Amino acid sequence: MNSRLSILIAAGILASFAVLGTSLVAFTHLATEERIVANERETLLRSLYALVPRENVDNDMISDSIMINATEFLGGKETTVYRGRKLQQPVAAVLTTIVPNGYSGPIKLLVAVRYDGSLGGVRVISHKETPGLGDKVEESRSDWIYSFNNKSLGNPPLDKWGVKRDGGVFDQFTGATVTPRSIVQAVKNTLLYVRDHKDALYDKQTASPTTDKQG
Amino acid sequence: MSDITYRNLIVDGLWHNNQALVALLGLCPLLAVSNTAINGLGLGLATTAVLVASNTTVSLIRNFVRPEVRLPVFVLVIASFVTAIELGMNAYFHELHKILGIFIPLIVTNCTIIGRAEAFASKNNLRRSLVDGISIGIGFTLVLLILGGMRELVGQGTLFDQAHLMFGEAARGFTLKIENFRGMLVAILPPGAFIGLGLLIMVKNLIDKRLAVRAMAKTDYAEEMRGLAS
Repeated sequence: MNSRLSILIAAGILASFAVLGTSLVAFTHLATEERIVANERETLLRSLYALVPRENVDNDMISDSIMINATEFLGGKETTVYRGRKLQQPVAAVLTTIVPNGYSGPIKLLVAVRYDGSLGGVRVISHKETPGLGDKVEESRSDWIYSFNNKSLGNPPLDKWGVKRDGGVFDQFTGATVTPRSIVQAVKNTLLYVRDHKDALYDKQTASPTTDKQG
Repeated sequence: MSDITYRNLIVDGLWHNNQALVALLGLCPLLAVSNTAINGLGLGLATTAVLVASNTTVSLIRNFVRPEVRLPVFVLVIASFVTAIELGMNAYFHELHKILGIFIPLIVTNCTIIGRAEAFASKNNLRRSLVDGISIGIGFTLVLLILGGMRELVGQGTLFDQAHLMFGEAARGFTLKIENFRGMLVAILPPGAFIGLGLLIMVKNLIDKRLAVRAMAKTDYAEEMRGLAS
């Protein structure tokens, strides 16, 4: 009898701590949720506006986004496209391209393509490349990523879309060729995809409410 | 145990029983996140916050938690605090959270925290557990900060890079940079963490040895004087 009681008490203590712990987590979640969502939105907006200047668009690019499937060109299973418009006219599309063949794992990019087919810019969002070598693709570590600014499929010509070692126009890094090579390739593929699907990309009809997915 | 003074608690936490240099606990986060001084400081402060919260809670509940469910209860307490602190960090230090992100939940697995709960807080009163949590936490943070600073300096030639993630935009000026120094890559890579920690332990042991020799010399001298006097 006594031992059964003591087991029950022990279980009760454990259960009440489970409840207390869960309440603490739930309460903190409630208190911080709004701010975390706002933070994430803010971070995303800041990176979008770095590629498509704020004054060039007048819509909410985050809610005006669609998901597309084009693994062959854009790397990821699903790619988000944020569309920028001004006075209802398309201005630029920002694609979350994934570089599948980085030196150590996939590299996530943001690629902004203007409506005329030129690049608004490219940024590396996340990667696992070697520190000190491949990580020069980060904006904070070198200016290399800016070499995509204003490039397009005609400038340089298609066969020059590669690193210098492969006869292209883009720099590689000493000791790291794989990373820049695969990024150049992925940006080129993104441009090819956008060229062939331009109208569908900006189509209002395909605009699906993806706002809750961003949340 | 009650003859240990608060002063001893602090000296133990920072030096004699430093969890990173002596107990060698919590190596997983320690080695993974010490690649820059700011990363180290961020993880160290988060660990200290968890340690203080868990030590005080465990001390408060020590008298009515039955021994047989003691450990699961400690784990629950620690896991809840870690999750709450992670959410708080995501809300108020979003940029830093993006860098330290995956390592914050790993604080749960830092043996130091459950170790202090079991070995100290569950046997001591609130105030002593609080002091113990703070001093152990600061000891751990200091090692992370120094190791991070060493690896950052040797590895990429900077110190306090990205300080603005933690202290706001005004702190951009904190960053020191050695011009024309490309850095030794190995310091940033995982082996650099082991080599750096090894060096820190060596320095600590050297200092300890020197202190011991000095203390010995003092007693010898005192005995000699006593011998002369008699």
